[in-house]
Amino acid sequence: MNAQTGYNFAYVDESTKRMIRRAILKGVAIPGHQVPFGSREMPLPYGWGTGGIQVTASILGPSDVLKVIDQGADDTTNAVSIRAFFRRVAGVATTERTAEATVIQTRHRIPEHALTERQILVYQVPMPEPLFRLEARVAETKRMHALADYGLMHVKLYEDIARHGHIATSYNYPVMVDGRYLMSPSPIPAFDNPKMDRMPALQLFGAGREKRIYAVPPYTAVRSLDFEDHPFRPIRAPHACTLCGSRESYLDEVITDDRGGKMFVCSDTDYCAERQAAKAAAE
Amino acid sequence: MYVATKGGEQAIGAAHAWLAETRRGDATLPELTVPQIEEQLGLAVDRVMAEGSCHDRGLAALAVKQAKGDLIEAAFLLRAYRTTLPRFGASAALDTGAMHIRRRISATYKDLPGGQVLGPTFDYTHRLLDFALAAEGNALPAVPHAEPNTAQTPRVTELLAREGLMQREATSEAEPGDLTRDPLSFPADRAVRLQALARGDEGFLLGLGYSTQRGYGNAHPFVGEIRVGEVAVCFTPPELGFEIELGDIGVTECQMVNQFKGSRTEPPQFTRGYGLVFGHGERKAMAMALVDRGLRAEELGEDADAPAQQQEFVLYHCDNVEATGFVEHLKLPHYVDFQSELENVRTMRASAMQAAAE
Repeated sequence: MNAQTGYNFAYVDESTKRMIRRAILKGVAIPGHQVPFGSREMPLPYGWGTGGIQVTASILGPSDVLKVIDQGADDTTNAVSIRAFFRRVAGVATTERTAEATVIQTRHRIPEHALTERQILVYQVPMPEPLFRLEARVAETKRMHALADYGLMHVKLYEDIARHGHIATSYNYPVMVDGRYLMSPSPIPAFDNPKMDRMPALQLFGAGREKRIYAVPPYTAVRSLDFEDHPFRPIRAPHACTLCGSRESYLDEVITDDRGGKMFVCSDTDYCAERQAAKAAAE
Repeated sequence: MYVATKGGEQAIGAAHAWLAETRRGDATLPELTVPQIEEQLGLAVDRVMAEGSCHDRGLAALAVKQAKGDLIEAAFLLRAYRTTLPRFGASAALDTGAMHIRRRISATYKDLPGGQVLGPTFDYTHRLLDFALAAEGNALPAVPHAEPNTAQTPRVTELLAREGLMQREATSEAEPGDLTRDPLSFPADRAVRLQALARGDEGFLLGLGYSTQRGYGNAHPFVGEIRVGEVAVCFTPPELGFEIELGDIGVTECQMVNQFKGSRTEPPQFTRGYGLVFGHGERKAMAMALVDRGLRAEELGEDADAPAQQQEFVLYHCDNVEATGFVEHLKLPHYVDFQSELENVRTMRASAMQAAAE
């Protein structure tokens, strides 16, 4: 208990952390399987990352260095707020540099820089169930996962192709983990999906409102669903970043005036800033 | 040269300061005190206690003040406080039969043991704005005082049950599930369902309960009894080994009597819909009792095709702290996903236009 804040280290009490760590361990043991857990009310609202916050709080140690991003950026208001929360209740060091962080909590993106074995990526998840748009009843989707009965999702993708000529899912694109469980990658753009495959970093997923935790252990196969004749294709705006010139990174479209003017900039602010600094140093 | 928006931290700080200023309002007017809210906005305080599922009038009043009167926000504040408290045990079941009654009415009997006690109710007021109330310091009307009602006030449903007309509930000594510790799983047993409904949103349950009366669920309810008052909470600390009284809490209980046509194993009889909420909350207790009975459809072998009869639909969506979080999170940035959708729609439009041109 910290006398100054009046709360335990990282806000969550130790018995709750133990319960969450058990759920995480179970998740790691069964990659892609959603583990129900006794999610607590957090001092931030549901939908703001309460699942991610509980996972981060349970794995954080005093020597960790935390990075928080939302939409790939460190300076979005919600990322700022969550980072400030952990600075206040855990007193841990925070960073905006991907390479320096040991724990990265993210909403909607995977950093452009490849992550390493000494890092953990914590995703905020709104709807952990990849099948929820096709089958709303949780009791039923549970049965479908148990039987690996994923025909419904394949039919949905097939119907996309029949209607549009290609799969019309551009984010929260379903993946198969370790050839067994269908999993929601959280609403990251499909562009980021390939980064999940055999990633050296541990990937943890927390859904607070839906009370589920799941995990992808390091170096686990993560395959985006597709068909032989319609292979998975990540979507990216076909432009270069106006600030750093990158043609590889995921871009945000920025409207610059009301006459159709627009530009494209990296969504990963750390990646972009680093490239701009390198360019400036070279000049 | 384009510079990305920075300064989220200062913006958040400034927004919070502005929020505090608007909460205070016109500084020439006296500031509301927490005891004033507790005493004079008592039903708001009760609703926050019920939906915040934490019985503490003082903290609920503070939450109402802090939330500028936004009761869902206030319930959330109280929940976020409640979750930090240790859970040291389960109390004995409340004996609402021994309630100190402030109000007790039955719609099924004209008179009954214990009598009809109207209590402080809006029911027979004429909803005419009382312009005199706009000025402070009005003398209160004289309230006639009566001796406290010490007569036994048996529950109406118990009177029916003794005659075999009301289905008895199965009793169990097992500790009920706790949905603040274990997430909902389905099918959920009745204790867990009632827990979820007791902390559920009044408006949502009201709408659902109403729908059962309008043909979505085929309910034929009668208010067997509504009682409002104070009831003792008893607890047996393991280190003492005997039961002690922790104190009284205010609750509203509603028992709805519903017809049941009978099944192969059970004769025709009445069945119960049950509602219990913290504080004085009749609308919520009644709606809860209607929905509770709706959710029993399957167990009683009735058709269960109306929304109020479907467990997952009702229980997953009745919590307003969860619901408001997920609805309101849509105002958080989604530009990464929207960008993917933009590219996606542009691609689809291009192929559609090409097809049209050919």
